[in-house]
Parts: sequence; structure tokens; C-alpha cells
Amino acid sequence: MRLIFEKSVKGRRGIKLPDSDVPKSRKLDAKYLRMEEAPLPEVSELDLVRHFTNLSQMNFSVDTNFYPLGSCTMKYNPKFMEDIAKLPGFAELHPLMPQLGSASELLQGALEVLYNVEKLLAEITGMKEVTTEPLAGAHGELTGIMLIAAYHKNKGNKKRYIIVPDSSHGTNPASAAIAGYELVSIPTAEDGCMDMGAYKSKLTNEIAAVMLTCPNTLGVFNTHIKEVTDLAHKVDALVYYDGANLNGILGRCKPGDIGFDVVHLNLHKTFATPHGGGGPGAGPVGVNEKLADFLPVPKVVKNKKGTFSLVENKPKSIGRIAPFYGNFGVILKAYAYIMLLGKEGLIKVTDGAVLNANYCLAQLKDAYHLPYDRICMHEFVISASKQLKNGVHALDIAKFLIDNKIHPPTIYFPLIVKEAMMIEPTETESKETLDRFVKIMLEAAELALSNPDILKNAPTNMPVSRLDEVKAAKKLNCSHI
Amino acid sequence: MNYYTPHTKEDIDAMLKTIGVGSVEELFQDIKPSHRPESFKIPKGKSEQEVLSHFKKLSSSNCAAITKFLGAGFYDHYIPSVVDALSGRSEFYTAYTPYQPECSQGTLQAIYEYQSAICALTGMEIANASLYEGGTALYEAAMVAIRATGRRRIVVDGGVNPIYRKILYTYTNNLSIEFVEIPVSHGQSAREEVFKYFDDKTAAVILQNPNFFGAIDDHTDIIDKAHSVGALAVESVYPISLGILKTPGEMGADIVTGEGQSMGIPLSFGGPYLGFMAVKKEFARKIPGRISGATVDKQGRRGFVLTLQAREQHIRRENATSNICSNEALCAMRAIIYLSSLGKEGLRQLAELNYDKAEFAKNTLDKIKGVEVKRSSPTFNEFTVLLPKNADKVVRAMIAHNILAGLPLGKYYKGMEKYLLIAVTEKRTKEEIEGFAKALKKVL
Repeated sequence: MRLIFEKSVKGRRGIKLPDSDVPKSRKLDAKYLRMEEAPLPEVSELDLVRHFTNLSQMNFSVDTNFYPLGSCTMKYNPKFMEDIAKLPGFAELHPLMPQLGSASELLQGALEVLYNVEKLLAEITGMKEVTTEPLAGAHGELTGIMLIAAYHKNKGNKKRYIIVPDSSHGTNPASAAIAGYELVSIPTAEDGCMDMGAYKSKLTNEIAAVMLTCPNTLGVFNTHIKEVTDLAHKVDALVYYDGANLNGILGRCKPGDIGFDVVHLNLHKTFATPHGGGGPGAGPVGVNEKLADFLPVPKVVKNKKGTFSLVENKPKSIGRIAPFYGNFGVILKAYAYIMLLGKEGLIKVTDGAVLNANYCLAQLKDAYHLPYDRICMHEFVISASKQLKNGVHALDIAKFLIDNKIHPPTIYFPLIVKEAMMIEPTETESKETLDRFVKIMLEAAELALSNPDILKNAPTNMPVSRLDEVKAAKKLNCSHI
Repeated sequence: MNYYTPHTKEDIDAMLKTIGVGSVEELFQDIKPSHRPESFKIPKGKSEQEVLSHFKKLSSSNCAAITKFLGAGFYDHYIPSVVDALSGRSEFYTAYTPYQPECSQGTLQAIYEYQSAICALTGMEIANASLYEGGTALYEAAMVAIRATGRRRIVVDGGVNPIYRKILYTYTNNLSIEFVEIPVSHGQSAREEVFKYFDDKTAAVILQNPNFFGAIDDHTDIIDKAHSVGALAVESVYPISLGILKTPGEMGADIVTGEGQSMGIPLSFGGPYLGFMAVKKEFARKIPGRISGATVDKQGRRGFVLTLQAREQHIRRENATSNICSNEALCAMRAIIYLSSLGKEGLRQLAELNYDKAEFAKNTLDKIKGVEVKRSSPTFNEFTVLLPKNADKVVRAMIAHNILAGLPLGKYYKGMEKYLLIAVTEKRTKEEIEGFAKALKKVL
């Protein structure tokens, strides 16, 4: 489809602006002005609407397709949540208002939202305090590591390294490196958990932290997790919980209870806020008493009179990691979600997620190679290595799924499994949807043997077929201008 | 009770049979009893109408509809209805990151168009698919400059948004980077003060236009000087102002960042917002964030893919250019829809409206005894006034007139307790501006 720029016709206009009700001012000196108007599209509103409406129909989305992307928790996004974020009393609120003397009086509702969400998330994670400032999961990870660094600096500890399992999500080592740490990677054992022997041998006094996802990226809950965290604490290494997989244990286990010192949550995963095509997300961070003093400012507090205000003066705080209080619009949606589901609803999330994942696993484990043959939590990893002998890769199976209007699972992650396919159905999917998915996956396994070309040429039912990614990088074209 | 989980008893029984376990609880056998929570103190789930009532109470107790003359980087602009209508299509907002391009051409093309619009606005060559907001974007720009030059000094103009500077220093606290802040006087920094720190140790100079005080400048000479010592120039800019102002590209900037909230994104008490970054072609492989690139499919048809992914965390892990994963994609979508709705002429007209209204406000306020409008530099839609009283107190008194008068600068700049930063957008009518002056006169 043509670009909006390519549909431009000189002189066409979209929205009508109000006439000026003030005198025309003397023009600015030419040296301050741009030579030509910005070459933006010139289209009518109907052209604009047709363009983006047609574009939207070229997307898969949770609202149109099954999206079993492992590690992403593509669950249904309740429409009610969208309406809450749009309430004018929230949407029109200027973030600098708390800067204006006693203007906190004007924002009690907004401050109460932040306070309540912090309390709810602290309860869910078993943490003492929460900050809603981080704007995404990776941002939360970086914040958490910065808190850990502040803790060690405060104690005078000399720590150089952070331990991650080799199955970790890429943001874990990336965040650690940005915070100035070096990485130590621990291999995964045959049971799908971090190798205890290797872990113990690398756990020296120079380890600042251990970053874990639990259940891990293979969908396995380490039944010896408390031993892992206890060992870390013995060398004063703090343990970080990557909350991407909270959908597997919500309500059944709190990270604070199994030895984690700091946690981040992905509101756009576990708490059903929409993914938006890549964002916005939100990555609140929870901490126990070891790290509470270092949390970023400003902090919401409840006063004796029951009113709320923001505290900026926290001497040990790491400072500001975001301009304001976090992605407030996203936080509102997650708050609404928690209120709708309530205690029983949140626990049912895990029931459904784990049931759905095991139901798929049980039916796919024969046709595909299952590297870790055990009950999974909310997601599991299978390998297309069996199919590789016919030259069929996980990528080909993914493209075949697209032809069948199913978004592929996560492929080639975690890196420790060859031809990995990470499947996370989520709890909002019905048995019928899962049955169809299993049917198509089994069909793909069958075709890998009988007619692999169908897989290698897929997709053929979409607006485009496989795209030349090498050319995209070599002959970089990222702008029409 | 509906929890968005569709399982009936029959479903569960059939599924358990297939799995080969007797109950759902058996699936949780790896979580030892000692690991289970003693309590889970979350209130009982409620219906939509009850939850709505709770949020209506919370939202109505916020003074959101107050007349806003407050900007300081985040502006009350009108958002056309098409922005909500189109970005609210669930094929866009319930989609994921477009890692599988064949089923994500909607998102990928929209992002490519957004990138193009950012380049059109800023005069730069390559833009990424978004960063979180303008402050972390500025930090990322500093890191690009450090990586590109191998040097460790960053010169920061004191006119750069103080909140952004705080973020910059928080992030780089543990890295051995030398920051030199250039003080401002009369709303601008002095050239000689800036140039003092330009030598072969300088990675970059960070500038903002219009700066935090609303002052406009032409930074071409500073940028030329930076280049003469092998340093890079980073400009933090305000999109609407680029409807008329000289672009950072025309000034020779290497990296451009900014806050995109003014492009169709509600104020929403601080987020979600939109960080943008645009660079000269030569820095393409050094920048963070996702990038949508054009290519062809097997039949030679044009299509779009995420490109240069080898910079990113999922491939390079600890060697990635940044740890960013989720970005502000839907906000970028809003921005391209907004800019397309305004169009080439519309953006210019909008910028002129903002400028004219602010000039009218300046002239109106000038007439008030004791109020001194600062005119040492030209401004766009935001300017500084010196009041005869403490600005904080004045703002508080103005709230009683249902006016958010601006930002008192004393909190961010020592000695400026009587200075007020006032923003005037196209939403402020002549009546509101005159009402502001009337109320201010009363308060003083």
C-alpha cells in the first residue's frame, strides 16, 4: 500500500484550525526560521482515515488472532480499561501541577491512584515498597540494578559482576551492562533450571546481584528457588526478579516470600494493558527494606489526615529515572484490571494460564522435540529440531502459522534451545482456540515430512510474502524524506 | 463470575484428562507449600459499573480542567478526533511488536511513516521508532555521542530542561563521564562560556531550542565550533515550534531528540509520552531503539521490517546499544496521525497561531504595573516574566481564579524565585489571555 506521503496532493488539508483572534505579530528574524515548510503529507481527513483504517487491517492483533507469543503474555485487553484512562479528570492533568506549591490539593485523585497501585503491587509481589516510575520492563530492570548498585555503594561493597542464567531475556544482561556491571552467565541443567553446581562455583564476594525470571523462560518453576536466593544472600548479592513471567504464579507465590529483594512487573503483560504495537508499557519496581531508601523520587505518601502528597527530599534516593510518576495512563488501566478481577480473579488467571499451556504441551510433545520433559507453568518451549532434518526451521513453521491466521509463538528464544518455539497461550483463550492451534502445529509437523516446500514458501496468504531483511539492512531506507 | 477466562467445568475436565493429571492444583506441584503466600490481601473483584464509580470519584477530584498557561516541556494542544479514532482501532493497539513482518505491515508501515515525519520535522536523515520520552532520549543521545567519539566530556547548556538534566545525571551516576553545565543569564548561556569547554576531550554539547525559558536561538555557530574540535551536537527540540523555526538539521546538529507529547498525546499526568530521536545517516548503526526499514518481498512488492536489529538487546544482549525493548509505538502512531491531520501547511499555521497568541499575551501582561516581560531573546509560545512577588505565591493565588499561571522557576534555578514561565498555545483564546491579565493584576 502506498505511503501517506505518496497519497499527498499539494494544497489538501485535514483538520481546520481556529482563526486567530489576536493581532498578527511581527515575524521573527529570518535567521531563526526554517527555509521551507516541513514536508509533511497533504491529505484530506477521509484520505487519512482510509489510509490508517486499511493499514490496521494488515495487522494481526489479540482482538483478531490467537497470539501465543512466549514471554509476552498476549492476553485479552479488557475494553473497560481504555475508558478509565480516557476520563478527562486524568487525561487532562498536567504533570507539573504538583510543583506548584500546595497544588497537591488539586490532584488528590491522581495521587491516590499512584498510592493505591503501589500498595496493591506490593501485596501481589510480597515487597515492602513500590515505585511506578519505570516506563517499561527493561526500564524497571535498569532501575532495579541501579538500586542494587546504590545499596552496595552505601555499604562500601566492591562488586563487579551480575549473574544471569543463559536462558535469560536479552534485556537482563543489557540492563546490567548499562549500569556498569560485567556479566557472568550460568548454564541451564537438564532439569531446565539453573545449574546449581556452576552457580555455587561462580557465587563469589564480587557478585552484586543475581537476576532471575521465575518461572524461567523455559516455563519451569525452580522448586529449589529458596536455596538459590539464600546462597546469594550469603555473599551479600541481592536477588532480582524479572516479572515478565508473573502470569505463571500470580496469587500462588510472592517473589518476596522466596527470597527476592527487588522485582519489576510488566503491566502490559500480566496486568492486561495493551501492547500497542510495541508500547507503551510500564515496569513498576518493588523492593524490600534493603532497598527502600534508594527508590527514585518523587514518592507518594499518605498524610495523617488521609490526604496524599509527593515527597522529593529523600537523601539516599538514586534520583529521577523518568520525568514524572511513570506511564500514568498505563498504570490506570492496570489498576482497573486488578479491581475488576480481585483476589479470586487474579488466582484464576494463573489457573487458566498454566492449564492452557500444559494442554498444548501434552499434545505437541510427541510431534516436536521437548527439551525439558516436565509439567510447565504458563509457557513452554519446544524445538523444531526434529523437523530440521528435512530442512524445515522454526521460522518456516512460524510462517505457516501466519498463513493459518495464527500469530507465531516466540522463535529462537531462549537461545539455549535449538530451533526454539516458546508458546504462551494465556488464560483468556478457549479450548477451541487451543485445539485449532494444536491441529495446525501437528499439520506443520506432518508437512515437514511430506511436503516441506509448503512451509518454506509460507506465508502466501498475506499482503506480503517473506521479506528481504538483508537488503533492508544493507540498503538502509528508513525514511521517505 | 467472568474473569476473562472462558473455561467451563467440562472444558477443564477434558483438558486435565488430556494432560494426564487429576486436578489443576497438581500442575502447581513445583511450588512448595512453604513457598505459598500466607495471605493474598487483594479486595474482591467488582463489576464494571462499581469500578467506574470508583474511578469517576478519583478523576473528578482532580482539577484537570483548569485553564492552562503551564508548559515547561509539556503542552496543552488540541488533539483532533481522528487521533483517538484511528489509534484506538484495536488492530493497532492490541498488536505486538512487529517481529513477524508479514502479519504486522500495518504497524511497520505506520512506524516508517512516523520516522519519515520526524525527519521532515527536524531536517535529519534517520529516526528511530520511539524512545520512552524526551529525558531518557537525551540520555541515550549522550551515550551515542560517547560511543561515537570515544570521549567522555559532555557540555550541557543550562537552558536544557532541568528535569531532563536530572535524569541524565541519575542514569550516568556510576559511569565516569564528565558533565559541564553552562550557567544561563538573561535566559541564555554566553557563547564564550560554552566554547571554553570545547576541546579534544569533548564528546558532545547538549542544547535545547527553544530552551527551557522559551528563548529561541540559532545554534549553527556553536555546532560549527563543536565540530571543529571533533565533538558532536545534540539538540533537544519542541515539535510544534518546528512548524516555523529553523530545524536542528539546518543548524548542523548530529543527534536530535525531544518530547513528542505535543503531537496528539494527552497530558495524562506524566505518561505515556513519546521520546523521539533522529540522526545523521552516519550514526544509524549507533542509535538505540527499533527502526522500521523498507525492503521487498519475494515478488518484489514493497514491505517493511524491523531492521538493524543487531544493535538491540534480543540479539546483542550485554553489547546492545541500549536495553530498550518496549517503546512508545502507539504514541508514535498518534503522532503520525496528528501530523498528517495537520499537514504541511497546517503545522505552519498552528505554529504561527501559537507564536501570535504568546506575543499578544506578552504585550498584554507588559501593561500590568510591576510585571516585567523578559525580552532579551525572541520566544516561540513560551516566555518568562519577572513578578514583583514570589512566583509560587502568585501561582497559588491564580488557582483560585481557575488559572494555572505557569511554572515558578525558583525551584529549578536559584535566585529566580520571582520568575514565572508562561506558555500560550492555540487553545488559549483572546478572552482567556485577557482574563489571565485581569486576574494577575488583582492578585498582585
